[in-house]
Amino acid sequence: MLLAARTERLRAYKRLARILSKSNVNEGIWAYVLLIPYLVNLLLFTAGPVIAALVLSFTHYDLLRPPIPAGIENYARAFGDRDVQAAFRNTAYYVAAYVPITMTFALFIAIALNQKIRGIVWYRAAFFIPVVTSGVATAIMWQIVLSKLGIANYLLGLVGFRPVDWWGYERALGSIIMMGVWGGLGVLMMFWLSALQGIPVHLYEAASIDGAGWWGKFRHVTLPMLTPMALFLMILGIIGSFQVFVSTFVITSGGPGNATLTLALLIYQEGFTYFYMGYASALAYMMFVIVFIVTMIQWRLQRYWVFYE
Amino acid sequence: MASTGYQPAPRPIQPLPASTISTDPTAAARIKRVAATLGLLIAAFVSSVPFYYMLNLALQEKGGYGLFDWPPRMVPEWPLQLHNFPDALSQSPFGRYFLNSTIIAVLSVVGTVLSSSVAGYVFARMRFPGRDVLFIVMLATLMVPPQVTLIPQFILFKSLGWYDSWYPLWVPHWTGTAFAIFLMRQYFKTLPSELVDAAKIDGANPLMIFWKIFMPLAKPVLATVAILVFLGSWNDLLGPVIYLQSNDNYTVQVGLAFFRGQYTMDIVSLMSASVVAVIPPIVIFMLTQRYFVRGIVLTGLKG
Repeated sequence: MLLAARTERLRAYKRLARILSKSNVNEGIWAYVLLIPYLVNLLLFTAGPVIAALVLSFTHYDLLRPPIPAGIENYARAFGDRDVQAAFRNTAYYVAAYVPITMTFALFIAIALNQKIRGIVWYRAAFFIPVVTSGVATAIMWQIVLSKLGIANYLLGLVGFRPVDWWGYERALGSIIMMGVWGGLGVLMMFWLSALQGIPVHLYEAASIDGAGWWGKFRHVTLPMLTPMALFLMILGIIGSFQVFVSTFVITSGGPGNATLTLALLIYQEGFTYFYMGYASALAYMMFVIVFIVTMIQWRLQRYWVFYE
Repeated sequence: MASTGYQPAPRPIQPLPASTISTDPTAAARIKRVAATLGLLIAAFVSSVPFYYMLNLALQEKGGYGLFDWPPRMVPEWPLQLHNFPDALSQSPFGRYFLNSTIIAVLSVVGTVLSSSVAGYVFARMRFPGRDVLFIVMLATLMVPPQVTLIPQFILFKSLGWYDSWYPLWVPHWTGTAFAIFLMRQYFKTLPSELVDAAKIDGANPLMIFWKIFMPLAKPVLATVAILVFLGSWNDLLGPVIYLQSNDNYTVQVGLAFFRGQYTMDIVSLMSASVVAVIPPIVIFMLTQRYFVRGIVLTGLKG
């Protein structure tokens, strides 16, 4: 009796194994069928254009006539172009200021919000609404808030400061950075918050037993545990902030002079105002190469400071 | 949902670290807490005061207030000019822009959610040759600045005759986007793999497994992706500026950007239009904010 039951069970297992192994063969085919949309994306909208842009960057192309081979002319021109120098300089300033400032402020806010505090939903909304409304409307709003007779100067006046020419040559880039920080805080705060809440409590308990105080816990538990998130936010933050566009397009158009001309804006102007498609592609590629190098450096350096449990 | 009888185990929510819950009523703890609250209040004030100012200007009487009045008015005069908002919408062509933006955003959201969830499922749950290479290629595309692909895409769409139409703005979404696929994949990875084996034994094909079992369990990440795509689409300026030419096709963002000049003397109308333009993102955020954090899974990302 027992034997019969065993054979029966064995047969069932074999049938099962057959089904599963047969499905493994089909699985590869199914996988590629289901991936067709993404493969189309890769071909037409991502990898394909990346290659096409490289080819275009070695041509002169104005959309009307067929592309004319140009060798390295576009790149050579870019190196001598004052606008390009200004755009690279401004973008570098923007990235170098925006990323650390936003990350630090957002971390402070996240740590404060991680405590038991009343009205947490309202704080969350206050920091997040700037993120969700990051369109033209808020750019116009900031232009008015920071205008000469705007509310920012009025409030500064109330506490005894002189009015500031926020959109003048000296300050305009700073104002653009400030807008960026204001709009970026909410997202980073959310990411920090999720990282903070992911730190296991037993680590803090162990630190307490070792006699660590508030600072000791922060320094030896919280900070190391946050480093993977810090790397993630830094990489995505740098990639994202290289593309600053809406604020400079709407408010300053790159001015006054070249004070707020950023790379993304310059590429737009060269490509879609003057129709120098080849030149714009070359500029985009230079931007791509820089982003790529910066990302690789961060990826390589992580072993010196990122802590994985 | 009920057909599977399986409810996703909520992701374990870690209790707050002991150090952050101030239960000891010592003076130091109290000072720390007061300082934190004070800092938060100041930050929240700075964060929201520009919106207050925008709302305040939008509620002023039309023509009764200009940019060059000093001191700036900090509160709207009574009675509030609430009709400014419907006025902004009915003021042609702004209502039209509003409708256009909505259509484009909805099409983009539906497309991304459908296509990215399938791809995310494939990367998370299926074994096939080339999976890891393809996945790394996908992650690498996150590094490509949109400016690089912009021009070839523009040439492609122009040659398809899609210039001055909405197609370039929403059709690509129907093929998925790398970031959405990545989020989906991370989420599907957290669901138990026994689900797949059980369904296979029942003879279900991968598409059925995905659609009947995994999709209903993925609500948080679907919501997260939907919000992100909606916001991205609604706030997009570069795409519409490049592809749209005729006034009738403009989105809210282009409309505001290009017609800002016309309104400069009528700051109240400009501000009420701006307020109306930010209402959809705010409403969407309020409705879905509880999904926001839950849908983002970064674990298993080690280098």
